[in-house]
Amino acid sequence: MLHFYLNNQRIRTDQPAGSTLLDFVRYNQHLTGTKIGCREGDCGACTVLVGELQPDGQGIRYQSMTSCLTPLGNAHGKHIVTVEGINAAAGTLTPVQQAIVQEGGSQCGFCTVGFVMSLTGHALSHKPATSESGLAAIDGNICRCTGYKSLERATALLTDQLAARPAENVVSWLSEQQFVPAYFKDIPTRLQALQTELQAENEANNQKPEARNQILGGGTDLLVQRPEHIRAVPVQLVYDQAHLRGIRQEADGRVVLGAAATAENLRDSPLMQQLFPRLPDYLKLVSSTPIRNMGTVAGNFVNASPIGDLTIFFLALDASITLETAAKQRRELPLRELYRGYKTLTKEADEQLVEITFPAPASTDFFNFEKVSKRTHLDIASVNSAAWVRAENGFVQEARLSAGGVGPIPLFLTNTSAFLAGKEISAETLAAANAVMQTEISPISDARGTAEYKRLLLRQLLFAHFLRFFPERIALRELV
Amino acid sequence: MNHLDPVRHVRGESQYVDDIPTQRGTLHAAVFESPVAHGRLLSLDFEAALAQPGVVRILTAQDIPGENQIGGIVPDEPLLAEEHVHFRGQPVALVLAETEHQALAALAFIKAEIEPLPIITDPRVAAAQGELIVPPRTFRMGDSAATWSQCAHVFEGVAESGGQEHLYIETQGAYAYPTEMGGVRIISSTQGPTAVQRHTAHVLGIGMHQIEVDVTRLGGGFGGKEDQATTWGALAALGAYVVRRPVKLVLDRMADMRMTGKRHPYSSDFRIGLAADLRILAYEVTFYQNAGAAADLSPAVLERTLFHATNTYFIPNVTATAYSCRTNLPPNTAFRGFGGPQGMFVMESAIVKAAEALGVPASAIQRRNLLREGDLFSYRQPAEMCNAELSWDTADKIYDLEKSRAEVAAFNAGNEQFKKGLSVMPICFGISFTKTPMNQARALVHIYTDGTVGVSTGAVEMGQGVNTKIAQVAAQTLGISPNRIKVESTNTTRVANTSPSAASATADLNGKATQLACAALRERLLRHACTEYTLNYEGLEIHNEQVLAAGVAADTNWEKLVSSAYWKRVSLTENAHYATPDLHFDPTTNQGYPFAYHVYGTAYTTVTVDCLRGTYTFDAVQIVHDFGESMNPAIDQGQIEGGAVQGIGWMTLEELIFNEEGRLLTNSLNSYKIPDLYSVPQHMPVHFLDTPGHPRAILRSKAVGEPPLMYGIGAYFAVRDAIRAFRPGHLADFSAPITPEKVLLNLYPAAVAAAVPVAVSAEA
Repeated sequence: MLHFYLNNQRIRTDQPAGSTLLDFVRYNQHLTGTKIGCREGDCGACTVLVGELQPDGQGIRYQSMTSCLTPLGNAHGKHIVTVEGINAAAGTLTPVQQAIVQEGGSQCGFCTVGFVMSLTGHALSHKPATSESGLAAIDGNICRCTGYKSLERATALLTDQLAARPAENVVSWLSEQQFVPAYFKDIPTRLQALQTELQAENEANNQKPEARNQILGGGTDLLVQRPEHIRAVPVQLVYDQAHLRGIRQEADGRVVLGAAATAENLRDSPLMQQLFPRLPDYLKLVSSTPIRNMGTVAGNFVNASPIGDLTIFFLALDASITLETAAKQRRELPLRELYRGYKTLTKEADEQLVEITFPAPASTDFFNFEKVSKRTHLDIASVNSAAWVRAENGFVQEARLSAGGVGPIPLFLTNTSAFLAGKEISAETLAAANAVMQTEISPISDARGTAEYKRLLLRQLLFAHFLRFFPERIALRELV
Repeated sequence: MNHLDPVRHVRGESQYVDDIPTQRGTLHAAVFESPVAHGRLLSLDFEAALAQPGVVRILTAQDIPGENQIGGIVPDEPLLAEEHVHFRGQPVALVLAETEHQALAALAFIKAEIEPLPIITDPRVAAAQGELIVPPRTFRMGDSAATWSQCAHVFEGVAESGGQEHLYIETQGAYAYPTEMGGVRIISSTQGPTAVQRHTAHVLGIGMHQIEVDVTRLGGGFGGKEDQATTWGALAALGAYVVRRPVKLVLDRMADMRMTGKRHPYSSDFRIGLAADLRILAYEVTFYQNAGAAADLSPAVLERTLFHATNTYFIPNVTATAYSCRTNLPPNTAFRGFGGPQGMFVMESAIVKAAEALGVPASAIQRRNLLREGDLFSYRQPAEMCNAELSWDTADKIYDLEKSRAEVAAFNAGNEQFKKGLSVMPICFGISFTKTPMNQARALVHIYTDGTVGVSTGAVEMGQGVNTKIAQVAAQTLGISPNRIKVESTNTTRVANTSPSAASATADLNGKATQLACAALRERLLRHACTEYTLNYEGLEIHNEQVLAAGVAADTNWEKLVSSAYWKRVSLTENAHYATPDLHFDPTTNQGYPFAYHVYGTAYTTVTVDCLRGTYTFDAVQIVHDFGESMNPAIDQGQIEGGAVQGIGWMTLEELIFNEEGRLLTNSLNSYKIPDLYSVPQHMPVHFLDTPGHPRAILRSKAVGEPPLMYGIGAYFAVRDAIRAFRPGHLADFSAPITPEKVLLNLYPAAVAAAVPVAVSAEA
C-alpha cells in the first residue's frame, strides 16, 4: 500500500509501485491537467512537483519531476503537486500563470502546464531566483509552438517578483503572494504525521523479500525501456533509502557517493563543487533539471549505455563500485571492469550497486568533461569524453581518458591513457595520441552520427581537453 | 486583447481528446502496423492475440463495410492494408480491448506473413523507375533555355533539404461513439473535421449526415493533422460502428512518429544565370519530392513548391519542374509552409552558389532582384502592394547590414576557435488555398436572449489564436465586449463542408464569414432599434454595448436591444458564407491569380560556431515582418517567433534518418531533436512593418501562420557563412539540416579520411 498526499488529498493506493505517477494522476485520479507528450522524460508536458520532508522535519523540498518516469512507489510519504493543486479560485491565476498569459507564453497549451509546474517549482526553491536559475527550471520543457521567447519573458517577470522572496518562511510568503494555496503551509505537519504512521506500520509488518526484486531507482531509464515489465513485477525501491544517499569524503581522501545519489545531488554537493569547479557546466549538458532530480548515478552505471554521461565522467576518475548481494555480501570492483559487452555487466543478478568511490583529484590535477550532441542540452551525446591528467613541467605524468559513443560499452581508453604518460605536452603528442585512440575505438553509424563523424569528434574532444588544460602550450591551429 | 485560451491552458482546464471523460463501456484501440516497408501481405494470424486478456475484437480491411479508401487527392490509400503493405508503420489491423495496456500488449501476439518486395527510399531512384504519384508539373515563364547564352554567369548545383517531424506535443487521437440510427460521433484531434467526416462516411458506407465530427482544440497541428488525422478518426469510428461501443484511439509517441508522414524531403537540381550587374536572368530547377507511399497532400505540396520556387525575386525566365516520387516511407504531408520552404531553400542555395563563386555577398544578388510592384510571378499573378523592397530596406535601416557584417568580420579576425556567420533571408509567401474552391468558409452566429453570443465556424484552434481573433471580429462588429462571446468547438453539424485549418488562411476565411454574419445581425438589430425606439438608421451604431444615435447614447443598450428584438420575433441567428473574391488558377496552364495577397519580410540571422566541436548557437534573428495592420500584435508576434524557431529547427537540428529498409531510426524524442529553450536565438526582435495591410485580409491584418517558418532558412546560410570564415573557400554541399555533424565534417574535410585507420575501419 502506498501512502502520500496528492495536492490537498491524502492518497492510499495499492496500484503497483512500478507503475507511473502520470498514469495514476491522469487515469486513476482523473486529474487531466498533467499531459502525456512522450513518456520518456524528453518533453516535460507531464511535469509535477514532488515535495519531500527535510531531515529537520520542518521544511519541504519541492523538486520538479516528469511524472511519466516517476515510479508511483517514489511518491510514498511525499507531497505530489499537480496543476490542480496550485490553481487558485476559479477566474484567478497564480503569478506564474499570470506571467505566462501576459507574455503570450501559451499557444496550443499542451505543454503549458508543464511550464507552470516547473516555474512554480522555481518559486518554491530555496535557492536564490536568478534569470539563469529561472531558465534552468524550464530546461526540461519542450514547446513545439516555440513560445520560448515569450516564456523567457515570463520567467524574467517572475524572477523579478521572486527577488522579494524571504530566505525564511518561503511557503508562507508564496502563499500570501498566491503562488501556492494556503494548504501548503500544513503539508510539513501532515507529512510528519504520515511518516510516524508509516513507521509504526513498517515495524508491525516487517517482512523482507526473499529473492531480490527488480531494483528501481529514479525510473529514468527503466521506465523508458521496459515500462510494462516494471509495472508488472515486484520492485525494490532504492530512491528514498537514506543509507544509499549522501556524498562524503573519507579520511584517506576518497570520495564516497551513495548509489541513489542523483545528478542534482552531485551538483548541489559543496564537496563535489570544490573538487570540480566547472561541475555546473558539465551537468548542464546532462539531461534536464527534472531528470537530474530523478536519475541516480548508480542507475546510469547499471543501465550500461555506451554513452552514459556520468559513467564517462567517473571512468576518468578511476571510480570503483561496491556491490552487495541480498545476503549482504560485499565486493568492490573498478567501474571500468563492470562492462562485459553491449548492455551486459559483470555484476551478478543478485548484486546491488550500493556505493561509488573515487580518489579525490589533487588541486593541481586537471580534469575535464566534454559532450557533444545534436542538440546541446537535453540530448544524448554523439560522443562524450572525460580526461584526468597529472602533469609537471610540460610533461604528462599520468592520464586517464574515457569516451562514450565510440564502442559497445562506455570506454576507458587504456592505450591512449598509457601512451600519454611521460609524453611532452605538444601538438605532436596529441596527434600521436589520437592515432592510438583511433585504434581502440569502434564506433558505428546510428541516429547519433556516422562512424566517421564520431571518430573525428572524439579527436576534437581530445584536443578540447588539452586546449583547456594547457592553452599556453597548444593552439587550435597547430592541431588541425 | 489577450489570447483567450491561455487562461484555461495555464490552469490545465483546456480539454484535448485524451482529457475527455471516458464513457462506460469504452474500448481502447491499438494499431497493428506493417513491420516491413514493402511486401505482399500473405496472411494474418490473430489467434494468440485474441486469447489475450481483455481483447474484444481485431478488425482488418475485411471488416470495412464501405470502401477501404481514405486518399484525399488521389484514391491510393487504404485505411487498413489489403494484399500489399507499402511502408513500415502502415496500419494493418485494429485491436480493440478493454484497456489501453491490454490493447497494446496484444499487438505482440499478432503474426503477419509478408513476402518482401524491393524498397525505395530515395526520390531520385523512384523517379528513375517511373514511380510518380502524379505526372510532373512545370511552371514556366519566358524562355530560360534561350537565355543562358545571354548570361554573364551561369552556375548549377544540387540542393537537398530533409523532412521534418511535426512533433505536435499532443499525439494523434480520436474518440468515437456509436449514435442512434447507426451513425458515429467522433471527437477528433484534426485540422480538417470535414475530411474526417467525409472519409469516415465513405469507409463506413453511410451518408456524411450520419457522421458528426467535433473538435475542441489541438495540442499542436502544424499541418500534421490536416489529412493525417483522418486515419485515426476513421479507425476509431470503424471500431465504434462495428462493435457498437465507444472506442478511443490515441497513439503513443513512437507509434505516431513511425506511422505518420512528415514534411517532404526534397532533392533538387538548379541552374541560375546572371547578368554582369547581378540581375538574375534565368533560373531552372527540378524538384524531386519524396512523397512516401501514397499521395496524401503531396500533389498540392508540390504545386506550392513551384509557386514559391523563386521566393521573393523577379526572374524573367523561369522553368521549374517538379516530380512527386513514390517511395516506401510513410506518406508525407502538409507541414507549415507546405512545400514553399523547400522551393525557397533551393533558390537561396542557387544565389549563394553564385555569390560564393563571384566573390560578392549573397545579399548583393538578393537585393538586386527583389520583386517590385507589378512584377509577375512565374504563374503570372502580379506582385501587388508589394513590400519586398520595403521590408529589406527597413531591415537595413533598423539592423544595419553593413555594420552587422563589419562586426562579424571583426569578431572573426580576432577569434580562432569561434567564428560568426551572417545571412539575410527575405521571404514572400502567397496566402490562399491554391486549390481555389477551398477558399470558402461559413460562420453560424447565435445571439442568446441575455446578450451573450456563440460563434461557430470551420476554424480549428491549435494554438494559432484563431478563436481569439474570431471573438475579436465578432465583438468589434457587434460593438460589444469580447467577454460576451464564446467561440464554440468546431463541429460538422453546425458548420458543414469546411476547408481544413491550413494555408495560413483560417483567420481570413472564417473571420470574414464571422464578420459578415455579425454585420448582418448588427444591421438587423439596428433596424429593429429604429422602429422600436423611433431612431434614425443613419448614424446609428453600437459602441461599447451602448446604442448610439449620431454619437449620442440612445435609451437602449445591447442587452435591452437583444431582448426587445427577441420579443418582436426578430431572428437572432445568422449564417454567413464567405468566398475570397477574384481568385482563379488554371492548373493546366499553371497561370492565374491564385493568391489573395502575399506576405513579405526579411530576417538577419547571426550565428556563432564553435569550430573545435562543430556546435553552434544563434546570437540573433532580427526580423522585419509585413503584418499589415495587425489585429492582435501579441498573437502575431508569437506566430512569428514560433514559426522562425520551427524553421531553424528544420534547417539545423531536426534530422529524420530512415535506413535502407525504410525504418525510421530517429523515432522518439530522444533521437529526434527539436529546438529547446537554449537552442533559440538569444536575441529575436520583430519589427512590425508599417503598411496599410490588405483588404482581402481580415481587418487588414495579414495571415501569419506559415510565412515566418521560412526565416529559419537563414539559419542554414548563417552557419555556412561561419564555416567559410574558418575554412575560406570551402564549398559545402547544400544539404539541410546542417547538424553539428555536418558542420564538423565541413570544418575538417581533410581530417575525415585521415582519422579512419584502414585496419580499424574494416573491422568497424
